Amino acid sequence: MSEHPTNTPVESGEMPNGSGAAAILAAGIGSFMVALFAIAADSSSFLKSLLNLYKPTGPLSGVTTAAILVWLVTWAVLEVRWRKRTIALARINAVALLLLGLSLLLTFPPIAEFF
Amino acid sequence: MEITTRALWTLVHGMGFGALYLLACSGALVELCRRYAPSTQATITPGDERFLRVYLTTMAVLAWLAVLTGAYIVYPWYRAAAPAAATNLAAFPQLLLKSSPATRGWHSIGMEWKEHVAWLAPISITMAAAVQARYGRSLRDHPQLRAAVLGFTLVSFLAAGVAGFFGAMLDKTAPIEGGHTIHIVNGERP
Repeated sequence: MSEHPTNTPVESGEMPNGSGAAAILAAGIGSFMVALFAIAADSSSFLKSLLNLYKPTGPLSGVTTAAILVWLVTWAVLEVRWRKRTIALARINAVALLLLGLSLLLTFPPIAEFF
Repeated sequence: MEITTRALWTLVHGMGFGALYLLACSGALVELCRRYAPSTQATITPGDERFLRVYLTTMAVLAWLAVLTGAYIVYPWYRAAAPAAATNLAAFPQLLLKSSPATRGWHSIGMEWKEHVAWLAPISITMAAAVQARYGRSLRDHPQLRAAVLGFTLVSFLAAGVAGFFGAMLDKTAPIEGGHTIHIVNGERP
C-alpha cells in the first residue's frame, strides 16, 4: 500500500489522520484474513491440521488466531509508520471497506466454495 | 424451572453478550451520525466525548466476549463427536443437523457462515473504539475518518446480526443441552 503524506507541515493543534488511517486499513486487512484463512483451511488438509490449535474448537481456533495476529501486527507497523503523518484517506477508506465487504462475501459458504 | 449449564452458557453467549452488542450498535450509529456530523452545530462536551469512548469500548468488550465464549465454550459442545454406537444425536447438535436433508443447511450455511463472519464485529468495533478514543471530538474535523468508523460499525452490526440470527435458529433447531442441571425456581403445584 503506497502512502501519500502531505508535504505541508501539520498546523499546530491539528491532529494528523495517520493513526486513524492505520487502524482503518489494519481492520480491513484483519477482517479479510478471517475469510482468507477460512478458505485456506477448507481447501487444504495440511493447513486445516496446522490451524487446529485447540482441538475442541478445531481449525476455527487457528483461522481466527492467525487473522487476529496479522491484524494486530499490521496495525502496530502502520501506526509506527503513519502516526505523525497526514495520509490520503479516501484511498485507504476505499481499500479497507472493499476488504471488509469481501470478507462478508467470502465467509458466506456458497461463495467460499468457489475457491 | 431449570436449565443445564450448557444451555446457560449458550444463553450468556447469545442473549448476554451477542444481543446486548446488537442493541448497542444502534446507539453507536445514531451518536456517530448525529453528534459527530461535520454539519451539526451541537457542541460536543468532554462528557459527551467520554460517554462515547466508554460506550464504544464496552461494545468492543462485549463483541470479544461474544466471539470468545462462542468459539471456545459453546462451539466445542456443538461440534462434539458422538460415540460410534450412538443412536440418539440430541447431545451432538452438528451431527443431528447433518443427519437430515431438511436441517443440513442450518449447519452447512448457517453455522459455517456464523462461525467466521462473527469475528468481523470485534475487529471492526475495536477499530472504531480506538479511533474515537484517539480523536475524540476532533473526529468531526476528519469527515473521512468518521465515515470509515461509521462504515465499519454498520458492517459490524450486519455481521453480528447474521451471527445472532443463525445462532438463534441453530439453537432452536438443535439446542445445545447437557452438563449439570441448575434448578432456578420451583413452579406452583398443579
